[in-house]
Amino acid sequence: MRARVYVTLKPSVFDPQGTTVTEALHTLGYGSVKDVRQGKYFELDIEAPSADEARRLASEAADKLLANPVIESYRIEVTA
Amino acid sequence: MKFAVVVFPGSNCDHDAYYASKNVLGQDAELVWHKDHSLRGADVVILPGGFAHGDYLRTGAIARFSPIMQDVKAFAAAGGPVLGICNGFQILLEAGLLPGAMLRNRGLHFRCEHVHIKVEQTDTPFTAAAQSGQVLRIPIAHGEGNYYAEPEVVERLEKNRQIIFRYVTPSGDVTDAANPNGSVHNIAGITNDARNVVGLMPHPERACELAVGSADGLVVFQSAINGVGGHLKRTASVASTSGVVGVLDK
Amino acid sequence: MTPDPITDSVLERHGLTREEYQRILDVMGRQPTLTELGIFSVMWSEHCSYKSSRVHLKTLPTTGKRVLQGPGENAGAVDIGDGLAAVFKIESHNHPSFIEPYQGAATGVGGIIRDIFTMGARPIALLNSLRFGSLDDPLVRRTMAGVVAGIAGYGNSIGIPTVGGEIGFDESYTRNPLVNVFCLGISRADEIIKGTASGAGNAVYYVGAKTGRDGIHGATMASAEFDDKSAEKRPAVQVGDPFMEKLLLEACLEVMKSDALIGIQDMGAAGLTCSTCEMGSRGGAGVEIDVALVPQRETGMTPYEIMLSESQERMLLVVKKGRESEVERIFEKWDLHAVRIGEVTTDNRMRVKDRGEVVADIPNSALTDEAPLYRRPMVKPAYLEDAQQLDLSALGKPATSRDIFRRLLGSPEIASKRWVYRQYDHMVRTNTVVLPGMGAGVVRVKGTKRALALSVDCNARFVYLDPYRGAQLAVAEASRNVACAGGQPIGATNCLNFANPQRPEIMWQFARAVEGMGAACRSLEIPITGGNVSLYNETDGRGVLPTPVIGVVGLIEDADRVVSRVFRTAGDVVILLGVSRSELGGSEYLKVFHGLVRGTPPTLDLLREGRLQRFLVQGAAAGVIQSAHDCAEGGLAVALAECCFDTSLGVDADVPGVTIQALYQDVATLFGESASRVVVSVSPDRVDELLSLAAAVHLPAAQIGVVGGDRIRMAVDGRQVLDESLAGAEHIWSTTLETYFERSRAIA
Repeated sequence: MRARVYVTLKPSVFDPQGTTVTEALHTLGYGSVKDVRQGKYFELDIEAPSADEARRLASEAADKLLANPVIESYRIEVTA
Repeated sequence: MKFAVVVFPGSNCDHDAYYASKNVLGQDAELVWHKDHSLRGADVVILPGGFAHGDYLRTGAIARFSPIMQDVKAFAAAGGPVLGICNGFQILLEAGLLPGAMLRNRGLHFRCEHVHIKVEQTDTPFTAAAQSGQVLRIPIAHGEGNYYAEPEVVERLEKNRQIIFRYVTPSGDVTDAANPNGSVHNIAGITNDARNVVGLMPHPERACELAVGSADGLVVFQSAINGVGGHLKRTASVASTSGVVGVLDK
Repeated sequence: MTPDPITDSVLERHGLTREEYQRILDVMGRQPTLTELGIFSVMWSEHCSYKSSRVHLKTLPTTGKRVLQGPGENAGAVDIGDGLAAVFKIESHNHPSFIEPYQGAATGVGGIIRDIFTMGARPIALLNSLRFGSLDDPLVRRTMAGVVAGIAGYGNSIGIPTVGGEIGFDESYTRNPLVNVFCLGISRADEIIKGTASGAGNAVYYVGAKTGRDGIHGATMASAEFDDKSAEKRPAVQVGDPFMEKLLLEACLEVMKSDALIGIQDMGAAGLTCSTCEMGSRGGAGVEIDVALVPQRETGMTPYEIMLSESQERMLLVVKKGRESEVERIFEKWDLHAVRIGEVTTDNRMRVKDRGEVVADIPNSALTDEAPLYRRPMVKPAYLEDAQQLDLSALGKPATSRDIFRRLLGSPEIASKRWVYRQYDHMVRTNTVVLPGMGAGVVRVKGTKRALALSVDCNARFVYLDPYRGAQLAVAEASRNVACAGGQPIGATNCLNFANPQRPEIMWQFARAVEGMGAACRSLEIPITGGNVSLYNETDGRGVLPTPVIGVVGLIEDADRVVSRVFRTAGDVVILLGVSRSELGGSEYLKVFHGLVRGTPPTLDLLREGRLQRFLVQGAAAGVIQSAHDCAEGGLAVALAECCFDTSLGVDADVPGVTIQALYQDVATLFGESASRVVVSVSPDRVDELLSLAAAVHLPAAQIGVVGGDRIRMAVDGRQVLDESLAGAEHIWSTTLETYFERSRAIA
């Protein structure tokens, strides 16, 4: 099972890296990109009997370690 | 009295905190490995600066799971004084011993320089020997020192007088220009509800001797020593010793 | 198994000539396997064998009463008293820093740090010497930002302070930036560990990061060895892991304390190949390893790839018999796995097996001492005679002194580098006694009363205009900076950055520079304990200015008597030591205002330079010198201004005009770059003392002004030529670099 965990900064948190990337895109001519938020992406290779079990495990991993609940939220996609 | 300085793989400022405690202030000090299960009868615990686990994933995120952190948590729960410096502060945040989180500096660069911080509260084990409003000249050295907490949390911290240090100008004014990293409300250091755990981003252990630029950090250590009733083998002045600013009346 | 034929294209891809291949055939007595060919190609490469430079480097002075270790080991070492040694070296990582600035610079830092702790010394200071093109070019800004971030990222993480350095700019470095990193560590003088293998049967251990395909550049193989899939898996850039290196550093230092090692060496350039044969060669022993035992992080790696990989943060150890499990335990504590991969033999050969089958078997000496040695042809460059001509009158009327002063302060070469060093942790380890930007970097030696002053310098324009004298001036400048802080120069390391040595003009520059460097070091009694050569710094036939960087270590007996560049007290008297002449050749003024690198570099009297340096050291020790700063780019006016910056103390000075046509007198007096000049400040009650001390050693010294006020004022023969607000001048100087980088964000 493969679980993809997308960790992003909560909307209220200021993202200086995202802002810098936005400005850089503008200098490259992509003025139509209004905003960029930078996050993290994890691929977990999980031994699990079902997608649900993999999702549950990935959730726990995200809660405990991969994301900091004060400033980050996450979502999970599971594939076989 | 005895300081325990916890050493995580990747800690860099452990020897600086050890040197300040032992060589400069003449106290008993011991380096405690992160895999140990005992704080060796220490009276005060320091989580030092550095890059525990390379700061991989998030700064402090992996160190919080080290075996020694169980003992640190128990020590703190029992009221023991714990000081988290820079990376140590970040570890205390990730471990939930202090509220909030650290973001990347708003200027995106690592910054190493002397800054000024104001002592806002003197009823903590690490500021008891200072004067309220005293301005200290202390070095920072961090890339992720931008303190963040949700607005309700920040409000609560302010109301409860849990903001212990704030970035200020040399004359003690809280301005944006004096904020080196974008921390909300210029917060440089905070304490927990029980007021025994303190975390700060600046490095007081780097400001204990005039030879290296400032001795204003001594007061942080002295407060701890006094609090435990330790015998000072060296007398060191309580007032600001870098010749910048003395006492500000509130 | 019959090996595939070695064609010309295979040889070319390995950087070997037909003659070199014939030598291999003679040494081996048979056709080499592909793995053996790969081993020869890296060990006989310029970077590892120094084949173009060795004959010249042999002429450098490398001995002295304090030298504990000269060239030939991972780093040099000098005795600093109290039973301690300073272990230091400088190295380059130029080409990778153009391809991937952050990682190129980061791995450069990692590499030099390993060279220091592999000798048993704890690294306590880093410096760097950098060169870039013009900051008006976005590509250059991107390169510089990446390099600085990479040095910061690695150095800060591993916790070693970067306490000083220099940065220079010239168009010739645009596609060939220079990244030279200097590291110094402290060890007990009698506990320096060498990179030696000896004792038949002793275990050879590998510890650190797993081996991957990093850094195997362009040596594509015959189809029998590689297929398309392997080729695309090979990353071009080495990625550094400072956390892993921190663990290695602590674990290795702990193992060394236990005295369980015969020898240890880091795997740097040419990776496992280099460390294996060099350790064997030094110990007069052989080493046999089995690559199947080497920890690998990629699948399907061939012996060739494993031997040539330049994966970072790996060490090779030879362990004393019976101490193996002790060593393994110490590494386990740090979550590192030390793996036995072979043993020491007696036949002085390097033998590589793959699951027991021999894939390479080469005499060590063929790869080290008997590597090719070239005496490349040298021809005085065609540009030189013309370039040395400088006709000032042809340049027309110069700008006003005010304009020149302001523009020079705002030139990246001269402007404050604070934007850079603020990104470096320069205070960790609480040893830094003089912060960056305040002169030579100074770190105290805990446990003693001493401190070490460190400086890396080179004015490449001077070297371009006269390689012999320019290299001497570099030695003089670096040792003078160290002496200004109060440090007696006791050792040096060099990083020789040049273009293509197969061009006779470049080889001539190199040879002359080495000669000049040697003559200066001999005169000033500064031994060279090791260093690095970086050649082929050129793109499309455009080479870098010849840049022989020298790093000097100075010993300060009393850490409380360190001197920095800034004025201390209003009312102090300003004294100029040395002689000013009309010397604008190769100056920053000529470059900035006329876009020229012409003329001859300033003259240098090595005996007077020696007297000056000894005087500075004695004056600091006696506490009579309040501040000291040497005159370099921008000359006297810039030096005086720099003494005022960071202090809020201005200066009022009046100097005699130099002898030159009237039109250029102010320019030459204020901004000429005569050598062996230092601006010192002295408290009024000790002026006579200082002047008579100077007279006693025949050192020209003249009172030129007084500290105080909030302006920078200069007069020539009583005639006012500069009257600038200190705040205004400091603003230009301190915000220049920041403006280049923050105003127009470099595209990441």
